[in-house]
Amino acid sequence: MPEPIPAQQDRRVTLSFMVAGFIFLVVIPLLNVLPAEESWLHLSNFRLNQFGKFLAFAILALGLDLIWGYCGVLSLGQGVFFGLGAYCMGMYLALQIGSESVYGSELPDFMVWTQVKELPLFWYPFKSFWGGFLGALLVPMLFALVFGFLSFRSRIKGVYFAILTQALAFAAWLVFNRNETRLGGTNGLTDFKQLLDFRLSDPSTQRGLYIATVLALGAAYLLCRYIVASRAGNVLVAIRDSESRVTFSGYTPWRYKLFVFIVAAGLAGLAGMLYVPQVGIITPAQIGVLPSLEVVIWVAVGGRGTLIGAIVGAVAVNYGRSVLTNYFPEAWPFILGGLFVIVVTLFPDGLVGMLRKVRERLKTTPATPVSKAEEGGTAA
Amino acid sequence: MCVTGIPTTLRVLGVSFVLLWGLGVPSVWAADESGNLVAESSQPSSPSSPLEQALLDLQSDDAEVRSQAVEVLIQQGDVRLLPRLDALREESSRMVRIAIKPVIDLLKNRANLTSESPDSRRSAAADLAMGGRVEAIPFLKQAAAQEEVWWVRYTMEESWHFLELQSDDRAVQLDAVKQLGELRSANSVPALNALIEAGKAAEATDQHKALATAATAAVDYIESWGWWANAIETLFRGISLSSILLIMALGLAVVFGLMGVINMAHGELMMIGAYATFITQQAFLAWFSPEAFDWYFPVALPVAFLSAAAFGWVLEATVIRFLYGRLLETLLATWGVSLILMQAARVYFGDLTAVIAPQALRGGAQVMVGVYLPYNRIFIIVLSILCVLGIYVLLFRSTLGIRVRAVTQNRNMSACLGIPTRKVDAYTFAFASGLAGIAGWALTMVGNVDPGLGQNYIVDSFMVVVTGGVGKLAGTIWAALGIGGLNKLIEPFSGAVYGKVFILVGVILFLQWRPQGLFAAKGRSADA
Repeated sequence: MPEPIPAQQDRRVTLSFMVAGFIFLVVIPLLNVLPAEESWLHLSNFRLNQFGKFLAFAILALGLDLIWGYCGVLSLGQGVFFGLGAYCMGMYLALQIGSESVYGSELPDFMVWTQVKELPLFWYPFKSFWGGFLGALLVPMLFALVFGFLSFRSRIKGVYFAILTQALAFAAWLVFNRNETRLGGTNGLTDFKQLLDFRLSDPSTQRGLYIATVLALGAAYLLCRYIVASRAGNVLVAIRDSESRVTFSGYTPWRYKLFVFIVAAGLAGLAGMLYVPQVGIITPAQIGVLPSLEVVIWVAVGGRGTLIGAIVGAVAVNYGRSVLTNYFPEAWPFILGGLFVIVVTLFPDGLVGMLRKVRERLKTTPATPVSKAEEGGTAA
Repeated sequence: MCVTGIPTTLRVLGVSFVLLWGLGVPSVWAADESGNLVAESSQPSSPSSPLEQALLDLQSDDAEVRSQAVEVLIQQGDVRLLPRLDALREESSRMVRIAIKPVIDLLKNRANLTSESPDSRRSAAADLAMGGRVEAIPFLKQAAAQEEVWWVRYTMEESWHFLELQSDDRAVQLDAVKQLGELRSANSVPALNALIEAGKAAEATDQHKALATAATAAVDYIESWGWWANAIETLFRGISLSSILLIMALGLAVVFGLMGVINMAHGELMMIGAYATFITQQAFLAWFSPEAFDWYFPVALPVAFLSAAAFGWVLEATVIRFLYGRLLETLLATWGVSLILMQAARVYFGDLTAVIAPQALRGGAQVMVGVYLPYNRIFIIVLSILCVLGIYVLLFRSTLGIRVRAVTQNRNMSACLGIPTRKVDAYTFAFASGLAGIAGWALTMVGNVDPGLGQNYIVDSFMVVVTGGVGKLAGTIWAALGIGGLNKLIEPFSGAVYGKVFILVGVILFLQWRPQGLFAAKGRSADA
């Protein structure tokens, strides 16, 4: 569980952050470019792209960790914010297809099928990249503002909030599936060709997107760390541990909750925006109840209440999924469900918590009473 | 219909006599026919009779001759011609088959007017109206006079008045229009509208205009009645949906109120109940005689209850008891269980299975003109009332109930007073799971049994729990009625999808006003 980070430890974290950044930003792309295709060191375009997708999911997980792990508010609707971001970017990409579309029309293909003659008004802002970019960030945040304001202000909390967000995910899934919302119905938006002036099918574009995702993840991590380390971050943790006491101390918990809910929604939107060009499709299936819950399990597996846990969990679970669905396609729901049960009952602190416990045990078993006293000194 | 105990032959005699009488057939034919009847044989009558001639003419190449033959057959035909007509249809060309079809239809429906089953009598009457043959009127009148089931009689009257609209006699027509209005016949609205249009035409006579006025009045009356009938049916559908939500939400609410556990696997416990019903049905199909088949449904009730309760008991003992006091964790863990159960059902049973409803729950009751209430829905409404009563008795009239209520109010104090809270939890959870099993058992009557069964209702029933508030039975009942009713009320205007969205928005806005739900527990425990 998060504690104020002492200066010494802080330096270590900064160092490992730099190392991780070097590996993700330089080593991995180089492994994709330099070694020959047959070499075991070579990282295929497919793998790199897949890894980029996992890192986008990690941004989504960071947002949920912030609100659930730190503030104790379980949102089962993060998939909706992710989807809103993804759809905003997807709309931009769909308009970039232009006359390359199957029907040669300037309109996206699905509009041609569904007999839409003119571009609906709300599509216009997405003609420009900045429209798509800002939309992907601001639309989820605005939506979170309204939904969060209405729920937090009336002190809907705990399970009630979880259930309402789940209903939100369900309702959003239903709405996005409709054709008359002009967002492609069940088929979603797909068949994208280019982003700005780069061809999406080009491996170098995908590399660029991967690097952009790493940078975004780094920025998101720093932002979350900044928030967590700030005074507001302490209030968040206090709200999680005892909301009534925070209220009695003169704070207004719902404002903090609203703030962090909006930040989480913005991060989800960012993740969605990075997801779409790398995967090349966004459908309502990404929005529903189950995708939103999967985010929760990533964070739980990684270790909630630690930022690095969210990232580790997102990458680990998704990697496991991609491997396992290859070999045992029917087994994945069993494993996912089993993960929910086992992690929640037996390992509430997740992978990171387990590592920490192991490390502490390694430290304490050979330790003399003196070193123990030292440890106590640094922690205090 | 006929008095029982009279030999079949006599009954046939009676019927054919009635038919002849109703038709007012030519005397030659009557004599010939009665001769046959006395001989009690179905031998072909002499070829000289007009009917035999018509049967021959049917196969003629001349369309004119054919259509005349059809007229003769319709005017004078008789039920006993059917086997021969059918045989004829088998062996002849397409042209002849088309020509014979109205004759066969008319004769068959005429025969079915005296069928044993009310449903086939009714559909025969409706078909006769659709066929548009005025020759059917006397038969309909005759059958209506003897009919005992009011709804069938209604259809017969409707049909004959409908056919009378074709009459050349203005007085008959006018009377038919009025009668159709009186009967509130929605089926005849198009025909009446046609009359109204005819009244507007330039060459319309006074008679046409009088007819049109009468038809306008009739249509107005029918349509206002239709609105009411529709409203009643909507209300009924709302109550029916509410009942399903209520049966589900009751179990959820009891567990949530008592233990603070959000059981996401509740829908899958329901699915277990549904599959238990399915398995019971398969067992009956395999091991018992077909006559006993309908008994599978009552037998499945305890099976469904016990299997779901047993599963709930195991779930409580292995997962949930480690998570007391950690609300969000129970939500996640039970969600994991629900994923596993759903996938297990998908792997084992496949995607779609269905249960055959027992005879008693098929069909429905026509309580009023235009208001048809399916028995399976009525069954679910009754069941939900029984469930509420059962829970009421259990909670307020039993030892376990008083303990459950005590633990719900103050767990620590109850433990101090010697209530075995852990046992109370386990029993209550098992009972609530069994309730989910009963819900699943009932749901097999209104839909397929598939792995996603629980998911269809789970979000809505959670909304019911949230809206109703914790710890009060009344809150759950009112919330179920409100959400189910609103759902069906909005649906016709906005479609099912936006209906759900409106409900969500409505619940959020409602919680602004009552954050703890409709009937919140008052006092210090309210903000636990």
